[in-house]
Amino acid sequence: MPIVMDADRIGRTLTRIAHEIDERNKGVQDLALVGVRRRGEHIAKRLASILKDITGHDIPTGALDITLYRDDVARQAAKPVVRRTEINFSIDARKILLVDDVLFTGRTTRAALDALTDFGRPSSIQLVVLVDRGHRELPIRADYVGKNIPTSLADSVNVRLTEIDDRDEVELQSGGDA
Amino acid sequence: MTIQELESDTRVTSLRRKDLLGIEELSSEEIELILDTAEAMKEVGARSIKKVPALRGRTVVNLFFEPSTRTRTSFEIAEKRLSADTLNIAVSTSSVVKGETLVDTALTLEAMSPDMIVLRHQSSGAGHLLSRICKSAIINAGDGLHEHPTQALLDAFTIRERRKRLAGLKVAIIGDLLHSRVLRSNLHLLTKMGADTWVCAPPTLVPADMRRFGVTVTHSVDQAVRDADVVMLLRIQLERMEGAYFSSLREYATVFGMTEERLKLAKPDVMIMHPGPMNRGVEISSEVADGPYSVILDQVANGVAVRMAVLYLLAGGAEHEETA
Repeated sequence: MPIVMDADRIGRTLTRIAHEIDERNKGVQDLALVGVRRRGEHIAKRLASILKDITGHDIPTGALDITLYRDDVARQAAKPVVRRTEINFSIDARKILLVDDVLFTGRTTRAALDALTDFGRPSSIQLVVLVDRGHRELPIRADYVGKNIPTSLADSVNVRLTEIDDRDEVELQSGGDA
Repeated sequence: MTIQELESDTRVTSLRRKDLLGIEELSSEEIELILDTAEAMKEVGARSIKKVPALRGRTVVNLFFEPSTRTRTSFEIAEKRLSADTLNIAVSTSSVVKGETLVDTALTLEAMSPDMIVLRHQSSGAGHLLSRICKSAIINAGDGLHEHPTQALLDAFTIRERRKRLAGLKVAIIGDLLHSRVLRSNLHLLTKMGADTWVCAPPTLVPADMRRFGVTVTHSVDQAVRDADVVMLLRIQLERMEGAYFSSLREYATVFGMTEERLKLAKPDVMIMHPGPMNRGVEISSEVADGPYSVILDQVANGVAVRMAVLYLLAGGAEHEETA
């Protein structure tokens, strides 16, 4: 069970991504963070707090539940619990940073894009992920990547965050001993 | 994220059934799941675009053998907000008036393979009959004197929204207990969730099996209302009454009708509920129905969210559970 990112590494990575966001957007005006539930929501909140330290500005931050936009409702033996979407600001004409923990097939991102566009017309959407593990099934790429982790399809990548789990870490679990 | 990852990090549960026929067969965990899901659905109804693609491509038939405004429209709105294709069949315009039986009607519909059938019927157990002959998921929208599960669920949702819980609350249900499927669903639900449940009516309108539910039966409205967190009024169903259950509506209103004066015995933040349609001036006075404690319109609004939750959770059906 190799731990590919520990708490320090995750912290430094998010700080680096926050600086990239600030640099690439030439400041944080018109930016808003939207995290994909559940762990993306907490990564988005951490980024908002780091960006506040860097720039002194509060950035509107929301949480998006994409369960009702998934393309596999009928395929799932058990359904994930549907949670509330909480976006308490208008996304119209804003630059939205869509935040998720792991980018894999791209299907979650596809669902998140559909869900977001039902809320309005952002001026742009940029994708932030903590881990990109490859194996895309859709033409989707991330704008900010914490770490690229080469995986096989049978592997699983487990992101743990203290807000939900008992610690911060990213674990690569190989398919053989899953 | 893969489905496996998504499942490992969310509390995965599902309804372990193909149909929703009544509250009686549901576990308290299943009830909680429906109510939690309904909270997310309520948020969808607050958006400017009140539609999500969850049931895209699914067909839902609303088959109503009894008149209904709020239940049918509530289901229809719920189905449309989930992007299902809906079909309304009202008996007055269907082949039922030509003598077709319920089974033949259902088999005919089934041949067109809908995914779900929402059924309202005057006979108790009509949903159970259909569930045995149909592959479609059957949602009971009221069967005879038996159950009306989505009404009890929306009542529970409305109570939980205000009080954050159901356990330990005193809930007094007053009115025509004998003819009420809403009562039976509510008693199953409230007792499963640990509410202190009281029922109150003239002796002629109390069903024989109330002891089975372990609820307190009283014929005194004052006793029922005293310190109640929730007072739920049930309609006097004149259309179902064939004998004389009380002398006159005026007498019923005097002895059992809910008035502002009687309500003073209840908790200061009591909730007044009514499944509708109301007989104003009989089981409930207009002052109470339109007063500050009334959550009757909240019940209607929450009905859509709860029905969305039920439709969503039943979509997919039982065949997928076998692969779990």
